[in-house]
Amino acid sequence: MSYDAVIIGAGHNGLVAGAYLARAGMRVCVVEKNDWIGGAAVSRELYPGFTYSNCSYVSSLFRPEIMRDLELPRHGLQILPYEGGAVFTEGGGYLGMFRDHDANRREFARHSRRDAEAYDRYSRDILRFCRFIRPMLMRTPPDPSSFRPRDLAELAWLGRKLGEMSERQIGEMVRFWTMSISDYLDEYFENPVIKGYLAVSAIIGTALGPMSPGSAYVLLHHYMGDVDGNVGAWGYARGGMGSVTQALAKSFRAAGGEIREGSGVERILVADGRAVGVALANGDDVRGSRVISNMDVKRTFLKHVDEAALPGDFVKRVKAFKIRGSSGKLNIALDAAPVFEALPEGAPNLRGDLHFTDSVERMERAYDDWKSGQFSRDPFQDVMIPTMIDPTMTPPGKHFMSCFVQYAPPKIAGRDWTDADRDAFGQTCLDQIEKYAPGFKNRVLHVEVRTPRELEAEVGLTEGNIFQGELTFDQLLFNRPVPGYAQYRSPIRDLWICGSSTHPGGGVMGAPGRNAAAEVLREAKLPLGMSDAYAVL
Amino acid sequence: MPSFDVIVIGAGVNGLACASHLARQSRRVLLLEAGQPGGGMALAHLVPGLDPRVAQGMDLARHGLTFHPALATTVLHPEGRHRTVSAGHCDGPDTAAYAALHRRLTAFARVLTPFRQMTPPRLTAAGSEWGRLARLGLGIRALGKTEFRELLRMILINVADVAEDELSDDLVRGLLAFDATLGSWLGPRSPNSLILLLNRLSMGASPLLPKGGLPALAGAMTRAALSCGVTIREDARVAQVVVEADRASGVTLTTGEHLYAPLIVSAISPKTTLLSLVGPRHLDAGFTTRLSHVRSRGGAAKLHLTLRTLPDFRGADLRSRLVIAPSVTAVEAAFNPVKYGEVPDAPVMEIVLPSAHDPGPPVLSAIVQFAPHSPKAGLDTARAQMLANTLRQLETCAPGLGALTTGARLLMPQDIEAEFGMVGGNWHHGELSVEQMLFLRPLQEAAQYQTPLPGLWLAGAGSHPGGGITGAAGWNAAERIVKERA
Repeated sequence: MSYDAVIIGAGHNGLVAGAYLARAGMRVCVVEKNDWIGGAAVSRELYPGFTYSNCSYVSSLFRPEIMRDLELPRHGLQILPYEGGAVFTEGGGYLGMFRDHDANRREFARHSRRDAEAYDRYSRDILRFCRFIRPMLMRTPPDPSSFRPRDLAELAWLGRKLGEMSERQIGEMVRFWTMSISDYLDEYFENPVIKGYLAVSAIIGTALGPMSPGSAYVLLHHYMGDVDGNVGAWGYARGGMGSVTQALAKSFRAAGGEIREGSGVERILVADGRAVGVALANGDDVRGSRVISNMDVKRTFLKHVDEAALPGDFVKRVKAFKIRGSSGKLNIALDAAPVFEALPEGAPNLRGDLHFTDSVERMERAYDDWKSGQFSRDPFQDVMIPTMIDPTMTPPGKHFMSCFVQYAPPKIAGRDWTDADRDAFGQTCLDQIEKYAPGFKNRVLHVEVRTPRELEAEVGLTEGNIFQGELTFDQLLFNRPVPGYAQYRSPIRDLWICGSSTHPGGGVMGAPGRNAAAEVLREAKLPLGMSDAYAVL
Repeated sequence: MPSFDVIVIGAGVNGLACASHLARQSRRVLLLEAGQPGGGMALAHLVPGLDPRVAQGMDLARHGLTFHPALATTVLHPEGRHRTVSAGHCDGPDTAAYAALHRRLTAFARVLTPFRQMTPPRLTAAGSEWGRLARLGLGIRALGKTEFRELLRMILINVADVAEDELSDDLVRGLLAFDATLGSWLGPRSPNSLILLLNRLSMGASPLLPKGGLPALAGAMTRAALSCGVTIREDARVAQVVVEADRASGVTLTTGEHLYAPLIVSAISPKTTLLSLVGPRHLDAGFTTRLSHVRSRGGAAKLHLTLRTLPDFRGADLRSRLVIAPSVTAVEAAFNPVKYGEVPDAPVMEIVLPSAHDPGPPVLSAIVQFAPHSPKAGLDTARAQMLANTLRQLETCAPGLGALTTGARLLMPQDIEAEFGMVGGNWHHGELSVEQMLFLRPLQEAAQYQTPLPGLWLAGAGSHPGGGITGAAGWNAAERIVKERA
């Protein structure tokens, strides 16, 4: 049988695209190379009785419009907003974090009264930038080189959005987009710990340091999400991040969609310049009127399409697409909750992100190591213990700890990672935690260490880049992934891309998948099922 | 009774250009200079390209300005396998790739050049300004669809990625990285670094050396200004801008002398002008805060060596611009420590040997990057360390240079600030970076050269389009003043 659409990869974007298409009446088949679905949004039992969110680990960016359109709560998705967090300082103190703005402000005042004042202004300014950018997430970027009415209308829409702001606000926004987060924070704050805490969102997942221009924009990328309408809030998916993709799969299947696990794609079948299906590694062909790839742009076009079928300029650009991985991850099963010396007993801070990097300078030095092809000797870690508020993931009293680590390069000084490198990397991270939580290592039951190498091998993210491509202006908006191909299409007719390599980029957001589906349906002249959620935009 | 129509503060390249242009519009112009006219230009040793409006408008050729033929660049190799690069041509394996890249970047630079020669538009611009912008926009679109898209992709990219994508030779890559970051506070891997190379290219493809060096340029510009009718006063340091009835109405010199004019134009740093000479009490609090946020970190040191005889850089042409920047990584590694106020082990640099061109005692002039603008170890320690590391780099490329050296002087960014008044030792009187460009330079409220204080204008490198011995900022400011007050 032939499908209306064959989607390669059951990651969150592939499933989002599939669900929208299936709900519009298309017959859709998703093929997935692993024996499980989810891509980088998975819950896996890698140690008996313990569920790991072993890739992505927190949720905020997932677009609420998609959640409502696809009825994900009905299909079992529950996001538990978390509250708290702490940066431990080298001197044995800490800076606590709270979801409540005023609580945060009081905690800031403990470190700097001036910064507590500044925090109000800072939050207000950042929120304004967020409000400007959020509506763009769910729109196809216009092609500025085109004179088609649709592109011109979209550019005019952007112009009108800008016109809603004052001259000063536009200027401030342009500055913000092009600045480094370090410079930006210096304009508000004086305390190094506070700056170190606030800079975090600007570097997560990127190949930039906090002193790199453009890093402030990345901060926005992490702030424009929300949990139940609380902009900037983050939460855990109950049962691990796999719950997001499980709910998506249920929604997709409920609409008639089909998923084939253990079906790695060998190549994309092209006939007469059109994509007509995929050939699987197991020898089967899956035919469809169109193929939609949730793989990153490099993997899609350099590994699964015959280069001769593509224009030379396009291939050159795809080859030069920047997708350097910058992070690693430790997934740890714990016998008991760790005790951090600095925190008072019973402090709620353990429910959120725990950091040990107490200045922007330490963060930037960690980045310098990455630039020279080494993992950071003094890495930045975003440590979370979701089982503090989600008891479903481990046996009672035990805990799952997720440590997101920067920086880890895709190659070590130009050569591939070895197991010894990986173990040394893991040890560096464990040692750092032990320093702040003595006795921590004794509570460790199992550790999974993931470097960019493991991430690429398992999830298929080229060079282990969690965003399927770096988030710098040369790869954002109409430049993502390749100028002229930012509208989810490719040089091959009926071959589409829907992964995070496309606008608006990475994070468990779903927007690329939904936008790609919208373009497919637009071309197929089918309606896109939208909830009332759009009315509030 | 004011006896002048305009007082211009600072006789650098922009002050001279601005004063001359205003004087030619039959205004009586007094140009005040704390030291000697054009003194600050001594900091430079090459000219990327004078703004043609300045060169022609001041008729500098008639006042004795001539240039040596455009300099080629030799990228030094520690074992003598140098690369020679000049105007789109390089030897070695990258000849074709470099030519193609240079052609593309030059085309981009050409369509961006008109922006250098205009007052940055207000975002709430009147119709005529948008018309002009639309024409410039169409000029960019006329590059063709492919190139237009490439420009949009590359406009904020980092130079390291471009060098590594397009070229294979480490020395040529290193040169690209060096040229883009020269005078900036960015490493080649910092996004927004390529645009600085485009800015440099839009001034001219090859650096120029005036016959007689930069002092000859200063002399020619001074003579030209005098012949336009500008009155120049040397050793006249302004202590204060006089504000009366919320208007700038004159200046007070450090000697206590008052001078009055209805129009005051400052070609020195915007921060110094507004925060020190005017003072926050005459300014809006928010404006003062934003002004204090203007970043002005200098990252370059200036080295001056006196020599017994000209050195041998392993056979390199001493009449070329010599660059030590062995790779992109080397440039980046030289930048890393200054982020933390430390001195790099192996700085990169641009070397000029003026005595290979003009008769005179053998000297070596180098701009050395990167030097910390506020060294943690203290200025004297950092300077000594920077000098030692620089000389070691030089010795590697020119063995025996140390023995030929009779004197060495290194100016750290703080020294440059102390000697020439540039805040933070930054040549551009404020970093030239995307968030401080065009309508954001030096900051939004003063980007059209007019400050919020009536009667006070800016005309220095701190304003659009920045510094670099071109005179464009001064000329733009003068044109704007003439237009606004015609």
